[in-house]
Amino acid sequence: MSVLVFIEQREGQIRSVSKEALGEGTRLAEKLGGEVVGVCPAASDPGLASLGDAGADRVLLAAHERFGLYDAAGYTRAVCQAAETVKPDVVLFAASAMGKDLAPRVAARLGMGLATDCTALDVEAGRLIATRPVYAGKAIQRVGFRGTPALVSLRPKVFAAVAGAGRRGTVERLPVSDEGSPSGARVRRVVAASSGKVDLTESEIIVSGGRGLRGPENFKIIEELAEALGATVGASRAVVDAGWRPHSDQVGQTGKTVSPKLYVAVGISGAIQHLAGMSSSRCIVAINKDPDAPIFKVADYGLVGDLFEVVPALTEAVRKLNAQHV
Amino acid sequence: MIQAVCIKQVADTETRVKVAADGKALDPAGVTWILNPYDEFALEQALRVREKLGAGEVVVASLGGAGVAATLRNALAMGADRALHLRADAPPPDSLAVARALAAELRPLSPDLVWCGRQAVDGDAAQVGPMLGELLEMPCVTAVAGFELEGRTAVVERDIEGGREVVEVQLPAVITTDKGLNEPRYASLKGIMAAKKKPIEERPAQLGEPSLEVISLALPPPRSPGRVVGQGVEGVQELIRVLRQEAKIL
Repeated sequence: MSVLVFIEQREGQIRSVSKEALGEGTRLAEKLGGEVVGVCPAASDPGLASLGDAGADRVLLAAHERFGLYDAAGYTRAVCQAAETVKPDVVLFAASAMGKDLAPRVAARLGMGLATDCTALDVEAGRLIATRPVYAGKAIQRVGFRGTPALVSLRPKVFAAVAGAGRRGTVERLPVSDEGSPSGARVRRVVAASSGKVDLTESEIIVSGGRGLRGPENFKIIEELAEALGATVGASRAVVDAGWRPHSDQVGQTGKTVSPKLYVAVGISGAIQHLAGMSSSRCIVAINKDPDAPIFKVADYGLVGDLFEVVPALTEAVRKLNAQHV
Repeated sequence: MIQAVCIKQVADTETRVKVAADGKALDPAGVTWILNPYDEFALEQALRVREKLGAGEVVVASLGGAGVAATLRNALAMGADRALHLRADAPPPDSLAVARALAAELRPLSPDLVWCGRQAVDGDAAQVGPMLGELLEMPCVTAVAGFELEGRTAVVERDIEGGREVVEVQLPAVITTDKGLNEPRYASLKGIMAAKKKPIEERPAQLGEPSLEVISLALPPPRSPGRVVGQGVEGVQELIRVLRQEAKIL
């Protein structure tokens, strides 16, 4: 069973989510005996030979001057051409902004089923079974595929990348047919968020604030704790709807579903929509003055108290710890 | 300008999920059904485009069982002109089958813009929009949180990891909408009255073979019970200790 993995690059950098996908591809290929092949649309080689250590036997470079920025139509063509060449049993994508956009297009063109944002893959009786959270994590669905290739996108930060796999990582050119017509959609530019902020879905640590903060100006103490922890700031729906924080910060059912190593919920009571979006975090800390808040039911560690006293003290303690480590 | 808005009826986000007896689907007992929140942004934006141009038609389309008519009626009350109900009493488990059924109905309309929510908050698949783009041979931009139309060109913005992409797209196009694009309106009393006279055309969804099958639906394993490690500032040192020594995070 060979596995084709879409390799995502941005500004000539291979993204870590693609290494996670290669890691899972390697595990699948080991179970079934087959090769792991990457396909990377790019303007020029972003250093694909290095992916041998991440598990790739071969990497197909689909080079085109337009492929520096994401080009939905061109990337779709490249991945479909790679699928025709490699004839894989499984095609893996990261469920990143790019992967979420691309994978359904590829699925529709190949006429094959796609399971998105999966958190586990198994092979049962020679058939791939995908596990995926639905209802923002309130339930877990297992789906089976009819026909091959099976298309899967993988939730970031769930699958481990491998290092030192020692596979060949041979880079081959994949000629991309240019159908003449430029894509109807063209990325004009990418506006970077302030200070290279890590996206919530890819963060190891998240510190989220809720209505307990009482006003947008008080998010400063959340930001300071986040900075000390090396974390990304998240928010509850209530504060996003109140306009205190941008929509991209929202964690929960109409925001982002996250699974960080550590999730710190500050002044968040724990509405069901919020709990759905973060309860797959590895460790949850809740800080709230109401000991009966539902957030304490999912928290591993709770601290009952006034967040305006507790959070600065916690920030100070983390800073001291950081200073010791240096 | 003809705009099509694909909408879905979903369980309210307040729903506590219970699994049906077949072990594969949501138990519908006691569930409140709503218009998928991301689809509200899609419909709102289509209405704004029509209002700005002062002309055109907004057609809402939905695939599902008899109950879907209520959601379509609600969309008509918000301001859509007419509705297509693709009747499927047992909707397929895969987005590809849904997208194909929708594409078959939308193609004859020759829409200039096809709108979908970024994803439906039940299956969270986020597939139908981009699949429609492919099937209708239109460009598609997903998870759009900013939209400006200049003639036959739309300039849209979408959040990506660590930033925002500004994308220029030529009509006809498929756009899927994210939270932050707009503030959806509520249906007015006048709108609700007018909706009663607007047509809902019902026909069977053209469903082919599904490409996926659901094996099981289950509740996630419960988290092992946690504990309160302290009260107020005095609890901070203990919190630091457990995060280091038990959770081994810090």
